[in-house]
Amino acid sequence: MAEAVINGLSGLVIGFQMLAMDWRNAIMLIVGFVLLYLGIKKDCEPLLLVPIGFGCILVNIPLTDVMGEDGFIRVIYNAGIATELFPLLIFIGIGAMTDFGPVLAQPSTFLLGAAGQFGIFLTLLLALALGFEQLEAVSIGIIGACDGPTAIYVTSKFAPHLLGAVSVAAYSYMSLVPIIQPPIMRLLTTKKEREIVMKPVARPVSKTTKLLFPLVITILGGLIAPKGLPLLGTIMLGNLMKESGVVSRLTKASENEIANVTTLFLGLCIGATMVGSAFVRAETLIILCLGFIAICLDTVCGVCFGKLMRVATGGKFNPLIGAAGISAFPMAARVVQKEGSKWNKKSYLLMHAMGANAGGQIGSVVAAAVMLSVLAGMGIIP
Amino acid sequence: MDNVTFGITMLICGMGGTILTLWIMSLVMRFLGRLFPEKPEKKEA
Repeated sequence: MAEAVINGLSGLVIGFQMLAMDWRNAIMLIVGFVLLYLGIKKDCEPLLLVPIGFGCILVNIPLTDVMGEDGFIRVIYNAGIATELFPLLIFIGIGAMTDFGPVLAQPSTFLLGAAGQFGIFLTLLLALALGFEQLEAVSIGIIGACDGPTAIYVTSKFAPHLLGAVSVAAYSYMSLVPIIQPPIMRLLTTKKEREIVMKPVARPVSKTTKLLFPLVITILGGLIAPKGLPLLGTIMLGNLMKESGVVSRLTKASENEIANVTTLFLGLCIGATMVGSAFVRAETLIILCLGFIAICLDTVCGVCFGKLMRVATGGKFNPLIGAAGISAFPMAARVVQKEGSKWNKKSYLLMHAMGANAGGQIGSVVAAAVMLSVLAGMGIIP
Repeated sequence: MDNVTFGITMLICGMGGTILTLWIMSLVMRFLGRLFPEKPEKKEA
Protein backbone atom coordinates (compact mmCIF):
# COMPACT_ATOMS: atom_id res chain seq x y z
CA MET A 1 0.00 0.00 0.00
CA ALA A 2 2.86 2.36 0.89
CA GLU A 3 4.30 1.78 -2.58
CA ALA A 4 1.00 2.64 -4.20
CA VAL A 5 0.80 5.87 -2.18
CA ILE A 6 4.37 6.79 -3.12
CA ASN A 7 3.66 6.05 -6.77
CA GLY A 8 0.50 8.12 -6.57
CA LEU A 9 2.38 11.03 -5.02
CA SER A 10 5.16 10.75 -7.59
CA GLY A 11 2.50 11.47 -10.23
CA LEU A 12 2.06 14.86 -8.59
CA VAL A 13 5.72 15.87 -8.77
CA ILE A 14 6.67 14.45 -12.16
CA GLY A 15 5.75 17.75 -13.84
CA PHE A 16 8.34 19.57 -11.73
CA GLN A 17 10.93 16.89 -12.52
CA MET A 18 10.28 17.19 -16.25
CA LEU A 19 10.49 20.97 -16.07
CA ALA A 20 13.90 20.68 -14.44
CA MET A 21 14.97 18.18 -17.10
CA ASP A 22 14.09 20.34 -20.11
CA TRP A 23 15.22 23.92 -19.52
CA ARG A 24 13.65 25.01 -22.82
CA ASN A 25 10.16 24.63 -21.35
CA ALA A 26 11.18 26.83 -18.44
CA ILE A 27 12.46 29.48 -20.85
CA MET A 28 9.21 29.35 -22.80
CA LEU A 29 7.20 29.77 -19.61
CA ILE A 30 9.16 32.98 -19.07
CA VAL A 31 8.50 33.99 -22.69
CA GLY A 32 4.79 33.37 -22.06
CA PHE A 33 4.91 35.66 -19.03
CA VAL A 34 6.75 38.33 -21.04
CA LEU A 35 4.07 38.20 -23.75
CA LEU A 36 1.36 38.51 -21.10
CA TYR A 37 3.25 41.42 -19.53
CA LEU A 38 3.54 43.20 -22.89
CA GLY A 39 -0.13 42.66 -23.59
CA ILE A 40 -1.53 43.51 -20.16
CA LYS A 41 0.87 46.15 -18.82
CA LYS A 42 2.23 47.71 -22.01
CA ASP A 43 -0.96 47.44 -24.09
CA CYS A 44 0.95 45.92 -27.04
CA GLU A 45 -1.66 44.13 -29.19
CA PRO A 46 -3.31 42.73 -26.01
CA LEU A 47 -6.09 40.98 -27.94
CA LEU A 48 -3.48 38.69 -29.39
CA LEU A 49 -0.56 38.70 -27.01
CA VAL A 50 -2.71 37.66 -24.04
CA PRO A 51 -4.06 34.45 -25.63
CA ILE A 52 -0.69 33.79 -27.31
CA GLY A 53 1.12 34.20 -23.99
CA PHE A 54 -1.33 31.97 -22.18
CA GLY A 55 -1.23 29.35 -24.94
CA CYS A 56 2.56 29.41 -24.68
CA ILE A 57 2.36 28.78 -20.95
CA LEU A 58 -0.19 25.98 -21.37
CA VAL A 59 1.84 24.07 -23.90
CA ASN A 60 5.11 24.35 -22.02
CA ILE A 61 3.87 22.85 -18.78
CA PRO A 62 5.39 19.37 -19.01
CA LEU A 63 3.14 16.39 -19.70
CA THR A 64 0.16 18.55 -20.59
CA ASP A 65 -1.77 17.15 -23.47
CA VAL A 66 -3.31 20.33 -24.85
CA MET A 67 -1.55 19.86 -28.20
CA GLY A 68 -1.74 16.07 -28.15
CA GLU A 69 -3.84 14.19 -30.66
CA ASP A 70 -7.08 14.90 -28.79
CA GLY A 71 -5.92 17.95 -26.87
CA PHE A 72 -8.39 20.82 -26.87
CA ILE A 73 -6.01 23.28 -28.55
CA ARG A 74 -5.06 20.65 -31.15
CA VAL A 75 -8.74 20.30 -31.99
CA ILE A 76 -9.03 24.08 -32.44
CA TYR A 77 -5.73 24.13 -34.39
CA ASN A 78 -6.90 21.43 -36.79
CA ALA A 79 -10.23 23.16 -37.26
CA GLY A 80 -8.97 26.68 -37.87
CA ILE A 81 -5.25 26.92 -38.52
CA ALA A 82 -4.54 23.75 -40.47
CA THR A 83 -7.54 24.56 -42.65
CA GLU A 84 -6.45 28.27 -42.94
CA LEU A 85 -9.95 29.24 -41.84
CA PHE A 86 -9.16 31.55 -38.90
CA PRO A 87 -7.08 34.16 -40.79
CA LEU A 88 -9.83 34.34 -43.39
CA LEU A 89 -12.53 34.90 -40.77
CA ILE A 90 -10.37 37.65 -39.28
CA PHE A 91 -10.10 39.19 -42.74
CA ILE A 92 -13.89 39.43 -43.05
CA GLY A 93 -13.83 41.41 -39.81
CA ILE A 94 -10.97 43.63 -41.01
CA GLY A 95 -12.86 44.35 -44.23
CA ALA A 96 -15.97 45.21 -42.22
CA MET A 97 -13.98 47.58 -40.01
CA THR A 98 -11.88 49.35 -42.65
CA ASP A 99 -12.96 52.49 -44.43
CA PHE A 100 -11.30 52.51 -47.82
CA GLY A 101 -12.72 55.98 -48.56
CA PRO A 102 -9.36 57.80 -48.23
CA VAL A 103 -7.64 55.52 -50.75
CA LEU A 104 -10.61 55.81 -53.11
CA ALA A 105 -10.43 59.59 -52.85
CA GLN A 106 -6.81 59.40 -54.01
CA PRO A 107 -6.29 56.14 -55.93
CA SER A 108 -2.62 57.00 -56.54
CA THR A 109 -1.97 56.12 -52.90
CA PHE A 110 -2.46 52.48 -53.90
CA LEU A 111 1.10 52.73 -55.20
CA LEU A 112 2.39 53.75 -51.78
CA GLY A 113 0.74 50.57 -50.54
CA ALA A 114 2.80 48.69 -53.10
CA ALA A 115 6.07 50.37 -52.11
CA GLY A 116 5.45 49.35 -48.52
CA GLN A 117 5.64 45.69 -49.52
CA PHE A 118 9.24 45.73 -50.80
CA GLY A 119 10.40 44.47 -47.43
CA ILE A 120 8.64 41.14 -48.04
CA PHE A 121 10.68 40.30 -51.09
CA LEU A 122 14.00 41.73 -49.87
CA THR A 123 13.65 39.76 -46.63
CA LEU A 124 12.84 36.65 -48.62
CA LEU A 125 16.20 37.10 -50.36
CA LEU A 126 17.95 37.57 -47.01
CA ALA A 127 16.32 34.43 -45.59
CA LEU A 128 17.44 32.43 -48.62
CA ALA A 129 20.97 33.79 -48.21
CA LEU A 130 20.91 32.64 -44.57
CA GLY A 131 20.12 29.10 -45.64
CA PHE A 132 16.38 28.79 -45.09
CA GLU A 133 14.39 26.53 -47.41
CA GLN A 134 12.53 28.31 -50.20
CA LEU A 135 9.04 28.02 -48.70
CA GLU A 136 10.41 28.87 -45.25
CA ALA A 137 11.93 32.02 -46.77
CA VAL A 138 8.54 32.92 -48.26
CA SER A 139 6.92 32.56 -44.84
CA ILE A 140 9.61 34.67 -43.18
CA GLY A 141 9.43 37.33 -45.88
CA ILE A 142 5.70 37.66 -45.38
CA ILE A 143 6.34 39.17 -41.92
CA GLY A 144 7.14 42.26 -44.00
CA ALA A 145 3.48 42.42 -44.99
CA CYS A 146 3.04 43.79 -41.47
CA ASP A 147 -0.22 41.92 -41.48
CA GLY A 148 -0.78 39.17 -38.92
CA PRO A 149 -3.56 37.19 -40.64
CA THR A 150 -1.68 37.19 -43.97
CA ALA A 151 1.49 35.98 -42.25
CA ILE A 152 -0.45 33.22 -40.48
CA TYR A 153 -2.27 32.19 -43.66
CA VAL A 154 0.94 31.86 -45.69
CA THR A 155 3.01 30.28 -42.92
CA SER A 156 0.40 27.73 -41.89
CA LYS A 157 0.28 26.69 -45.55
CA PHE A 158 4.00 26.43 -46.28
CA ALA A 159 6.02 26.30 -43.08
CA PRO A 160 3.70 25.38 -40.17
CA HIS A 161 6.73 24.59 -37.97
CA LEU A 162 7.63 28.31 -38.13
CA LEU A 163 4.11 29.51 -37.31
CA GLY A 164 4.89 30.52 -33.72
CA ALA A 165 8.00 32.54 -34.55
CA VAL A 166 6.52 34.20 -37.64
CA SER A 167 3.24 35.12 -35.91
CA VAL A 168 4.91 36.49 -32.81
CA ALA A 169 7.31 38.51 -34.98
CA ALA A 170 4.47 39.84 -37.16
CA TYR A 171 2.26 40.93 -34.27
CA SER A 172 5.07 42.20 -32.05
CA TYR A 173 6.59 44.38 -34.74
CA MET A 174 3.16 45.63 -35.79
CA SER A 175 2.67 46.93 -32.27
CA LEU A 176 6.17 48.43 -32.33
CA VAL A 177 5.54 50.45 -35.50
CA PRO A 178 5.38 53.74 -33.53
CA ILE A 179 8.87 53.01 -32.20
CA ILE A 180 10.45 51.48 -35.32
CA GLN A 181 9.28 53.93 -37.98
CA PRO A 182 10.01 57.49 -36.75
CA PRO A 183 13.85 57.20 -36.62
CA ILE A 184 13.89 55.77 -40.16
CA MET A 185 11.55 58.50 -41.39
CA ARG A 186 13.80 61.18 -39.91
CA LEU A 187 16.95 59.56 -41.26
CA LEU A 188 15.68 59.44 -44.83
CA THR A 189 14.06 62.87 -45.11
CA THR A 190 15.30 66.43 -44.85
CA LYS A 191 13.73 68.95 -42.48
CA LYS A 192 12.34 70.81 -45.48
CA GLU A 193 10.65 67.65 -46.77
CA ARG A 194 9.13 66.83 -43.39
CA GLU A 195 7.66 70.33 -43.17
CA ILE A 196 5.74 70.12 -46.46
CA VAL A 197 2.08 70.99 -45.94
CA MET A 198 -0.33 69.07 -48.13
CA LYS A 199 -3.70 70.25 -49.34
CA PRO A 200 -6.63 68.43 -47.76
CA VAL A 201 -8.25 65.63 -49.75
CA ALA A 202 -11.36 67.31 -51.08
CA ARG A 203 -12.73 64.73 -53.51
CA PRO A 204 -15.74 62.97 -52.02
CA VAL A 205 -16.38 59.37 -53.03
CA SER A 206 -19.82 58.30 -54.18
CA LYS A 207 -21.70 55.43 -52.60
CA THR A 208 -21.71 53.60 -55.96
CA THR A 209 -17.90 53.75 -56.15
CA LYS A 210 -17.61 52.48 -52.58
CA LEU A 211 -19.94 49.60 -53.43
CA LEU A 212 -18.18 48.72 -56.66
CA PHE A 213 -14.72 48.86 -55.04
CA PRO A 214 -14.84 45.47 -53.26
CA LEU A 215 -16.42 43.77 -56.27
CA VAL A 216 -13.93 45.19 -58.76
CA ILE A 217 -10.93 44.47 -56.54
CA THR A 218 -12.10 40.89 -55.93
CA ILE A 219 -12.61 40.14 -59.61
CA LEU A 220 -9.46 41.94 -60.76
CA GLY A 221 -7.30 40.52 -57.98
CA GLY A 222 -8.79 37.07 -58.48
CA LEU A 223 -8.03 37.13 -62.19
CA ILE A 224 -4.44 38.26 -61.67
CA ALA A 225 -3.64 36.17 -58.59
CA PRO A 226 -6.25 33.43 -58.17
CA LYS A 227 -4.22 31.60 -55.53
CA GLY A 228 -4.65 34.52 -53.16
CA LEU A 229 -8.36 35.00 -53.79
CA PRO A 230 -9.39 33.68 -50.34
CA LEU A 231 -7.37 36.51 -48.74
CA LEU A 232 -8.61 39.23 -51.04
CA GLY A 233 -12.15 37.85 -51.29
CA THR A 234 -12.76 37.71 -47.56
CA ILE A 235 -11.51 41.23 -46.83
CA MET A 236 -13.62 42.53 -49.71
CA LEU A 237 -16.69 40.58 -48.56
CA GLY A 238 -16.42 42.29 -45.19
CA ASN A 239 -16.08 45.67 -46.88
CA LEU A 240 -19.01 45.07 -49.22
CA MET A 241 -21.22 44.21 -46.24
CA LYS A 242 -20.11 47.40 -44.49
CA GLU A 243 -20.62 49.66 -47.51
CA SER A 244 -23.92 48.12 -48.56
CA GLY A 245 -25.43 49.08 -45.22
CA VAL A 246 -28.16 46.47 -45.62
CA VAL A 247 -26.63 43.68 -43.56
CA SER A 248 -25.68 45.58 -40.45
CA ARG A 249 -26.22 42.48 -38.29
CA LEU A 250 -23.70 40.51 -40.34
CA THR A 251 -21.28 43.43 -40.41
CA LYS A 252 -21.46 43.84 -36.66
CA ALA A 253 -21.10 40.10 -36.12
CA SER A 254 -18.06 40.02 -38.42
CA GLU A 255 -16.28 42.89 -36.72
CA ASN A 256 -17.25 41.86 -33.19
CA GLU A 257 -18.36 38.33 -32.28
CA ILE A 258 -16.74 36.42 -35.15
CA ALA A 259 -13.51 38.44 -35.07
CA ASN A 260 -13.31 38.20 -31.27
CA VAL A 261 -13.88 34.46 -31.04
CA THR A 262 -11.51 33.80 -33.91
CA THR A 263 -8.85 36.06 -32.40
CA LEU A 264 -9.08 34.15 -29.12
CA PHE A 265 -8.73 30.76 -30.82
CA LEU A 266 -6.04 32.04 -33.19
CA GLY A 267 -3.95 33.46 -30.37
CA LEU A 268 -4.30 30.35 -28.27
CA CYS A 269 -3.24 28.12 -31.18
CA ILE A 270 -0.25 30.30 -32.06
CA GLY A 271 0.87 30.27 -28.45
CA ALA A 272 0.48 26.51 -28.39
CA THR A 273 2.92 26.15 -31.30
CA MET A 274 5.61 27.74 -29.14
CA VAL A 275 6.68 24.56 -27.41
CA GLY A 276 10.19 24.84 -25.98
CA SER A 277 11.83 22.04 -27.96
CA ALA A 278 10.70 23.60 -31.24
CA PHE A 279 10.95 27.29 -30.35
CA VAL A 280 14.15 27.73 -28.36
CA ARG A 281 16.51 27.58 -31.32
CA ALA A 282 18.89 29.95 -33.08
CA GLU A 283 16.51 29.78 -36.05
CA THR A 284 13.78 31.55 -34.04
CA LEU A 285 16.12 34.37 -33.13
CA ILE A 286 17.12 34.75 -36.78
CA ILE A 287 13.44 34.87 -37.81
CA LEU A 288 12.74 37.58 -35.23
CA CYS A 289 15.71 39.60 -36.55
CA LEU A 290 14.63 39.11 -40.16
CA GLY A 291 11.09 40.21 -39.24
CA PHE A 292 12.49 43.41 -37.76
CA ILE A 293 14.58 44.01 -40.89
CA ALA A 294 11.49 43.37 -43.06
CA ILE A 295 9.49 46.11 -41.38
CA CYS A 296 12.45 48.51 -41.48
CA LEU A 297 12.85 47.81 -45.21
CA ASP A 298 9.13 48.40 -45.79
CA THR A 299 9.47 51.81 -44.15
CA VAL A 300 12.66 52.65 -46.06
CA CYS A 301 11.10 51.74 -49.41
CA GLY A 302 7.85 53.53 -48.57
CA VAL A 303 9.62 56.76 -47.63
CA CYS A 304 11.88 56.52 -50.70
CA PHE A 305 8.80 56.11 -52.88
CA GLY A 306 7.32 59.11 -51.09
CA LYS A 307 10.43 61.08 -52.07
CA LEU A 308 9.90 60.05 -55.68
CA MET A 309 6.32 61.28 -55.47
CA ARG A 310 7.57 64.55 -54.02
CA VAL A 311 9.76 65.02 -57.10
CA ALA A 312 6.95 63.93 -59.44
CA THR A 313 4.52 66.43 -57.88
CA GLY A 314 7.00 69.30 -57.92
CA GLY A 315 7.55 69.31 -54.16
CA LYS A 316 3.88 69.16 -53.13
CA PHE A 317 4.01 65.68 -51.62
CA ASN A 318 5.30 65.06 -48.10
CA PRO A 319 7.48 61.91 -48.30
CA LEU A 320 6.68 60.98 -44.69
CA ILE A 321 3.35 59.67 -46.02
CA GLY A 322 5.24 56.86 -47.76
CA ALA A 323 5.88 55.28 -44.36
CA ALA A 324 2.13 54.69 -44.02
CA GLY A 325 2.11 52.34 -47.00
CA ILE A 326 2.30 49.32 -44.72
CA SER A 327 -0.58 47.26 -43.45
CA ALA A 328 -0.51 48.25 -39.76
CA PHE A 329 -3.82 50.10 -39.95
CA PRO A 330 -4.40 52.80 -38.71
CA MET A 331 -1.27 52.85 -36.55
CA ALA A 332 1.15 53.74 -39.35
CA ALA A 333 -1.08 56.62 -40.48
CA ARG A 334 -1.14 58.01 -36.93
CA VAL A 335 2.67 57.78 -36.75
CA VAL A 336 2.93 59.84 -39.95
CA GLN A 337 0.49 62.44 -38.65
CA LYS A 338 2.36 62.72 -35.35
CA GLU A 339 5.75 62.98 -37.03
CA GLY A 340 4.52 65.53 -39.59
CA SER A 341 2.89 67.78 -37.01
CA LYS A 342 6.03 67.59 -34.89
CA TRP A 343 7.98 69.37 -37.62
CA ASN A 344 5.24 71.69 -38.82
CA LYS A 345 2.29 72.54 -36.61
CA LYS A 346 0.24 73.51 -39.70
CA SER A 347 0.80 70.13 -41.29
CA TYR A 348 -2.20 67.78 -41.23
CA LEU A 349 -1.21 64.56 -42.99
CA LEU A 350 -3.68 62.16 -41.41
CA MET A 351 -6.16 61.81 -44.28
CA HIS A 352 -3.39 61.39 -46.86
CA ALA A 353 -1.65 58.89 -44.61
CA MET A 354 -4.92 57.00 -44.07
CA GLY A 355 -5.17 56.65 -47.84
CA ALA A 356 -1.65 55.23 -48.03
CA ASN A 357 -2.35 53.01 -45.03
CA ALA A 358 -5.57 51.62 -46.54
CA GLY A 359 -3.56 51.11 -49.73
CA GLY A 360 -1.01 49.23 -47.62
CA GLN A 361 -3.78 47.03 -46.26
CA ILE A 362 -4.79 46.06 -49.79
CA GLY A 363 -1.12 46.02 -50.84
CA SER A 364 -0.11 43.42 -48.28
CA VAL A 365 -2.95 41.11 -49.31
CA VAL A 366 -2.20 41.64 -53.00
CA ALA A 367 1.51 40.98 -52.39
CA ALA A 368 0.70 37.69 -50.67
CA ALA A 369 -1.78 36.76 -53.37
CA VAL A 370 0.72 37.56 -56.13
CA MET A 371 3.40 35.63 -54.26
CA LEU A 372 1.19 32.52 -54.06
CA SER A 373 0.33 32.73 -57.74
CA VAL A 374 3.98 33.21 -58.74
CA LEU A 375 4.91 30.17 -56.62
CA ALA A 376 2.17 28.16 -58.33
CA GLY A 377 3.33 29.43 -61.70
CA MET A 378 6.86 28.24 -60.94
CA GLY A 379 5.47 24.85 -59.95
CA ILE A 380 6.74 25.14 -56.36
CA ILE A 381 3.25 24.81 -54.89
CA PRO A 382 0.32 22.92 -56.44
CA MET B 1 15.38 25.40 -58.79
CA ASP B 2 18.40 27.01 -57.12
CA ASN B 3 17.95 29.64 -54.46
CA VAL B 4 19.39 32.52 -56.50
CA THR B 5 17.01 31.92 -59.42
CA PHE B 6 14.12 31.46 -57.00
CA GLY B 7 14.91 34.64 -55.05
CA ILE B 8 15.40 36.85 -58.09
CA THR B 9 12.27 35.46 -59.76
CA MET B 10 10.23 36.13 -56.62
CA LEU B 11 11.62 39.66 -56.40
CA ILE B 12 10.92 40.51 -60.03
CA CYS B 13 7.61 38.70 -60.50
CA GLY B 14 6.37 39.16 -56.92
CA MET B 15 7.19 42.81 -56.42
CA GLY B 16 6.60 43.64 -60.09
CA GLY B 17 3.28 41.81 -60.00
CA THR B 18 2.26 43.61 -56.81
CA ILE B 19 3.06 47.04 -58.21
CA LEU B 20 1.37 46.24 -61.52
CA THR B 21 -1.75 44.85 -59.84
CA LEU B 22 -2.09 47.85 -57.51
CA TRP B 23 -1.43 50.26 -60.38
CA ILE B 24 -4.19 48.63 -62.45
CA MET B 25 -6.48 48.75 -59.40
CA SER B 26 -5.71 52.45 -58.92
CA LEU B 27 -6.53 53.16 -62.57
CA VAL B 28 -9.79 51.23 -62.40
CA MET B 29 -10.81 52.97 -59.19
CA ARG B 30 -9.91 56.36 -60.67
CA PHE B 31 -12.08 55.50 -63.69
CA LEU B 32 -14.96 54.39 -61.47
CA GLY B 33 -14.62 57.56 -59.40
CA ARG B 34 -15.06 59.63 -62.57
CA LEU B 35 -17.86 57.43 -63.87
CA PHE B 36 -19.82 57.67 -60.64
CA PRO B 37 -18.97 61.04 -59.10
CA GLU B 38 -20.46 62.06 -55.77
CA LYS B 39 -23.62 64.05 -56.46
CA PRO B 40 -24.66 66.79 -54.06
CA GLU B 41 -27.81 65.90 -52.13
CA LYS B 42 -30.98 67.33 -53.61
CA LYS B 43 -32.59 69.93 -51.44
CA GLU B 44 -36.16 69.22 -50.52
CA ALA B 45 -38.63 71.67 -51.93
